[in-house]
Amino acid sequence: MSTTWSFILQLATLILVLGLIYRPLGDYMALVYTSKKDIRVERRFYRLIGVNSGSEQTWPVYLRSVLAFSAIGVGLVYLVQRIQEILPYSLGLPPVEQGLAWNTAISFVTNTNWQSYSPELTMGYTVQLIGLAVQNFVSAAVGIAIAIALIRGLAARKSTTIGNFWVDLTRGIVRILLPLSVVAAIILIIGGVIQNFSGFQHITTITGAAQTIPGGPVASQEAIKMLGTNGGGFFNANSAHPFENPSGWTNLFEIVLMLAIPFSLARTFGRMVKDHRQGYALVSVMGIIWIVSAALLTFLEASGSGTASQLAGGAMEGKETRFGIAGSTLFATSSTLTSTGAVNSMHDSFTSLGGGLAMVNMMLGEVAPGGVGSGLYGILIMAIVAVFVAGLMVGRTPEYLGKKIGAREVKLASIYILITPTLVLVGTALSFAIPAVQASVTGTSMANTGLHGYSEVLYAFTSAANNNGSAFAGLTASTPWFDTALGVAMLLGRFLPIVFVLALAGSFAAQDTIPTTAGTLPTHRPQFIGLLIGTVIIVSALTYLPVLALGPLAEGLK
Amino acid sequence: MSSARGTTRQYWVALRAMIVLTAALGIIYPLVITAAGLLAPSQANGSLVTVNGQTVGSSLIGQSFTDKNGNALPQWFQSRPSAAGTGYDGGASSGSNQGTESETLIKAIKDRKAAIAKSDGVNPASIPPDALTASASGLDPQISPTYAREQIARVAAARNLSVSTVTTLVNSFVQAPNLGYLGEPTVNVLELNIALSKLAG
Repeated sequence: MSTTWSFILQLATLILVLGLIYRPLGDYMALVYTSKKDIRVERRFYRLIGVNSGSEQTWPVYLRSVLAFSAIGVGLVYLVQRIQEILPYSLGLPPVEQGLAWNTAISFVTNTNWQSYSPELTMGYTVQLIGLAVQNFVSAAVGIAIAIALIRGLAARKSTTIGNFWVDLTRGIVRILLPLSVVAAIILIIGGVIQNFSGFQHITTITGAAQTIPGGPVASQEAIKMLGTNGGGFFNANSAHPFENPSGWTNLFEIVLMLAIPFSLARTFGRMVKDHRQGYALVSVMGIIWIVSAALLTFLEASGSGTASQLAGGAMEGKETRFGIAGSTLFATSSTLTSTGAVNSMHDSFTSLGGGLAMVNMMLGEVAPGGVGSGLYGILIMAIVAVFVAGLMVGRTPEYLGKKIGAREVKLASIYILITPTLVLVGTALSFAIPAVQASVTGTSMANTGLHGYSEVLYAFTSAANNNGSAFAGLTASTPWFDTALGVAMLLGRFLPIVFVLALAGSFAAQDTIPTTAGTLPTHRPQFIGLLIGTVIIVSALTYLPVLALGPLAEGLK
Repeated sequence: MSSARGTTRQYWVALRAMIVLTAALGIIYPLVITAAGLLAPSQANGSLVTVNGQTVGSSLIGQSFTDKNGNALPQWFQSRPSAAGTGYDGGASSGSNQGTESETLIKAIKDRKAAIAKSDGVNPASIPPDALTASASGLDPQISPTYAREQIARVAAARNLSVSTVTTLVNSFVQAPNLGYLGEPTVNVLELNIALSKLAG
């Protein structure tokens, strides 16, 4: 079967499955976050941690809870890495070095899962389980909680509060992420993903050679890695490793896992603001961008342009036989348009324009459909900007879902949009502008030289600031500069936007809802869908075109 | 109510929450999944392959079929080039991460092409891309049916088997993609080579 047909049929399967999931999962999540009742295990948990689940928080208190929880998370993940050698199942590995431990702690708490290390050689099972996998759950639950708080703000009238963070966190884990992960992990085991504590087995092959077979509790981590759009591999090769992603069908299943919650949250949004058409508008924007981007990447990789690919007869460097081109490009698109960052093929070895497109996907702000929660609040910010732009054009006070978009709201949304580009551009520029840093970047870190080496650095900052976690993995990032700079980019790229989203949530919640009139811009029609897609593309194109021209564009169009 | 009690209290709540969640999600959850893995013990333990009671590999993890110096052994079907350690190192999965304009990669592909054309006695243009490129994991257990068929003449000659016998064997090991379209058709190299050794023996 040709790559084209394989792509079309796999895409159609994904659309069908995600379409079937959309309503039940979206409605269920809305129920989870609007229900007044706690289940027994939750009541026990609230007693243990000392929280009154009936109380509501103002946005500053909600924010402080998020920050406190995340700070404790960073501390704990840092600690377990530093004491690795005394933990059970450490596989004889030493403590993780300070800079790397700091970078990794931030990486997993911010839902980025950027990995400056090779897991097989660095992290024992206990660190993976109680450090990294726990953050896979909780960082995802934090992301969804923030999105829900913003939706509540939009749905509320003259309210001072936006919910209770501890309740949102708990329900996201107990009622959504954990049950789905259990089911997904078991399905993955049936598909061949390993789940054991065997360590490395040393065997003799039929030619008499020695080989190492790795072990590990992989399936339990793989499930939440994908479902929570985390992306941190148990192994260095991530979802390209046959023990993480053994076959064609597990590959499609993993793509479904990473897209299920982000797409379905649009339904949750529609239900909570009591207008499903608003949810359909957002999911249309997400879906259209996703489909077009996937088709474009498949076309670029199937064309196999570039010297090495031409010589080999196809762009198969860094791709697995069982996935082929279409299975690799669908995965890569879904991973970079969400905040997942898992890879089943090596983006560093993609065609020049194909690798550039993976970067563009992240530069769009990861809103199609984006990470769990972060995708929805990202697209809502873009919707606010789109409404504002439309308001300027017709000379009316912009409003969205009956909320006035005044000076305060536009300022908050604008600063939100500026944060990630600032981190990406400043980080990349400093990598080459500071002489000592430049020496380390070009001498130690870059695996490829020239334009492609520059692309590796640009990709790294794009990935970190957008909390994606994928890489042009040739880059050696375990240097003092990258451990520090990427750590800062991940931290600010995650929590600064959250500050502005929660401030917006508080601002909307305090407003009364104004009735729609004949002059109100409808935000559920194809016209608005087009406007929103345009806004997403124009904002990132204006910001990133120059830096893309220096790297992937220059290389691909040479 | 928690919202009224300041930041210190939030940290205290956060710490307790993190400890409980670590126990539940970091210890109990993976143990439950490990127990569930007993339903499919072969997969959970790595789809290991045994010959005469000896474990000789995993059907999911590719292997090298080379001598100690890394030279291809002509009597075995060859796997793809690998960037994992010194080749198919299960403790160091990795791709090459070389870009398509990389001089290193271009030279490697040229060298591989020349080596295969010589050892297999084939036209360089007929060698498929998977034979010339390293996979993403460095542990790709499979090759394309085209690459497997391209190696038939060499393997048959090295083992004194007829080309038709080896062709029949290769054809029986071609796996169609799941549902016919999820991925690409493949040949599992280790499984093929084990069957091959039984054929010869």
